[in-house]
Amino acid sequence: MFEQFLFGIEAAINGLMTGVMYSLVALGFVLIFKASGVFNYAQGVMALFGALTLVGIQEGQVPFAHLINAIFGTKITNFTWEVPALAAIALTVGVMIIFAWLVERLLLRNLVNQDPIILFMATIGLAYFMEGLGDLMWGSNIKTINLGLNQGMNETIDAATYEWFGYGFYIDNLDITAAIIAVILVVALTVFSQYSTTGRALRAVADDHQAALSVGISLRSIWVIVWGIAGFIALVAGVMWGAKSGVQFSLSLITLKALPVLMLGGFTSIPGAIIGGMIIGVGEKVFEFIVSASWFGDLVGFTMNATENWFAYVLALIFLVFRPQGLFGDKIIERV
Amino acid sequence: MKLKKIAAYAVAATMAASPVMAQLVFPSLSYRTGPFGANGAEVADGFADYMTLLNERDGGIGGVMTEVIECETGYSTEKGVECYEATKGEGALIYQPLSTGMTYQLIPKTAADGIPMLTTGYGRTSVANGAVFPWVFNFPANYWNGASAAVNYMLAENDGSLEGKTVALLYHNSAYGKEPIPTLEALAEIYDFNLTLLPIDSPGQEQKSQWLQVRREKPDYALLWGWGVMNQVAIQEAANIRFPMENFIGVWWSGSENDVIPAGMAADGYKALTFHAVGTDFPMFDDLQKYVVDAGLAAGTGENVGTVLYNRGMYGAMLAAEAVKVAQEMNGVAQIDAAMMRDGLENLVISDETMAAIGLQGFGPNFEVSCENHGGPGLVAVQQWDATAQEWTIITDFEPSDMSVIQPLIDADSAAYAAENGIVPNCG
Repeated sequence: MFEQFLFGIEAAINGLMTGVMYSLVALGFVLIFKASGVFNYAQGVMALFGALTLVGIQEGQVPFAHLINAIFGTKITNFTWEVPALAAIALTVGVMIIFAWLVERLLLRNLVNQDPIILFMATIGLAYFMEGLGDLMWGSNIKTINLGLNQGMNETIDAATYEWFGYGFYIDNLDITAAIIAVILVVALTVFSQYSTTGRALRAVADDHQAALSVGISLRSIWVIVWGIAGFIALVAGVMWGAKSGVQFSLSLITLKALPVLMLGGFTSIPGAIIGGMIIGVGEKVFEFIVSASWFGDLVGFTMNATENWFAYVLALIFLVFRPQGLFGDKIIERV
Repeated sequence: MKLKKIAAYAVAATMAASPVMAQLVFPSLSYRTGPFGANGAEVADGFADYMTLLNERDGGIGGVMTEVIECETGYSTEKGVECYEATKGEGALIYQPLSTGMTYQLIPKTAADGIPMLTTGYGRTSVANGAVFPWVFNFPANYWNGASAAVNYMLAENDGSLEGKTVALLYHNSAYGKEPIPTLEALAEIYDFNLTLLPIDSPGQEQKSQWLQVRREKPDYALLWGWGVMNQVAIQEAANIRFPMENFIGVWWSGSENDVIPAGMAADGYKALTFHAVGTDFPMFDDLQKYVVDAGLAAGTGENVGTVLYNRGMYGAMLAAEAVKVAQEMNGVAQIDAAMMRDGLENLVISDETMAAIGLQGFGPNFEVSCENHGGPGLVAVQQWDATAQEWTIITDFEPSDMSVIQPLIDADSAAYAAENGIVPNCG
């Protein structure tokens, strides 16, 4: 039984780590929702687009090569150079900022003071557009991220836990890296949002577009900043998830993993995204561990598998019943 | 004079309005976009390029040009059915939907419309019984052949005994992923091995729980029945927990370059089942390069020629083209219709001579199709990934699967379908 307890602890720790990976996606949603009241359906596709662009730049791929070749009958695919990782990241961040500027210029500017549902619908359109653009720019083949991210079992943790318990815990090095990055992001974003002038302006815009405009806050600048930061977070999420599976178009589906995190943690809380992610991660991993175990089968007469997808939503729904705004979300007060 | 003019215009208009009637039409329900686009594009390219080769080199099949009508499905079953409805009236000879979900939806539709469907290596396994499913074919191998071949391979590696061994099946939690379970359960009983079932929900980006379970239970072998991102993540996670790659065997949909390259050197030694060869070391590919790729007529960039999925698409096109030749010969006409195509498929013989004539000798197994057997012989080989050379190598011959186990399962499942749908099995 002690062995099963250890297995359960291992599952819980891995759940924490996985939850952080979910949180990386959820953070981008929170930031945009917090600052502009928009539920950005395109966040998952932004992660895909960011990762595609990073790999494309790093490998010296010619953007729109297929299109160019089809029109001009050429056979170009790559430039003769490859870009070092740090420079490629910097260039990709630049692309995401340009993207943010274009979103403000072509999309959001025309929708000021519209209902949230209109803005939400606009982000659905944006998601489809970006998916197509990513395909056209970089091709649909699966790409490998080459940033030197260490994957596989952490030897130190394995050896230490083996010495203590006689069983070595498995924790993925990539998950540890993701956790460190997530903590840095959360601290930086919280400080930025709470203590900087721009951060306060972001929150003012989130509360009321027109009121923010009336006190001289530039809605356009704020939106560019917010979407730029969300683009950067999307890039981080895309890199972390892409390192596991290769950069491919299914990356856009990681949105599905972020939704229960948002429901649980709240749409407006940056720490909520992290804690929500951890609760979801631990909950789904421990639940799966328990209900798939043979001792559970002996006890109740059946076992279950592949519970993670639905369990996350059920857990989030249970929280919603008691706290509709999520654990850390702002209380919704509607004056009538 | 006026009447003559009108008649001439009418004939010209008819000819202009229905050019497809002078073509052999092959709808391609492709998916170049969406989460599975990377795989779908390679298969679609292989299919289209082979048809282009026939047109450019041979002037079509029997003197009639081929035409591929591509319709994008995004791997959505609903869109696939829409594509079917949109293209079936264009003179479609055969459908190869490349999706088990679409196949299940199209089985009754193709039967009602009288258009054959070839689901090589996917779909509903029991369509191998042509007496119940006269319009559907799944030669040369199906999922149950694959499951049996995997067990046979493990038996061969263990001196014919799997007694006391544990085999974990990591499968896509869908109709596709569940297909091999009845066969594996039957074989587990016969060979006395333990079968652990580990479903993974689609799309399969997060599999930590399943691989922690594998790490705890330490099965002797792991089988993978995945598709798309599920494969890449599974292979990476297996490498992370240091599961021995030589004991990790995927079905043919979990055995392409796309599945192993993202894991880098960690994927070295991973194995997969296959029913056709890999690479370009066949004379046909010289023609393909000359008439299609170098001529700038390739459906894609030409870079994927010879990859597993490209070759699979090309093989599907080749099987369809050979069935057209049989149909043309049987009916004495060059322009065949869908019913003739069905007969061609049912009388198809793939022999060494056939394959040599095409320039693909040894590319796939030899087989004969009949009304009783739409599934072929179920000959399956095993290929292994060499991460250093970045290539697959076939490490076994095309070996037979255990039909004594599979045939009763086919009979039972097809009989159940026949009973549900009021079909009287008939092989004339």
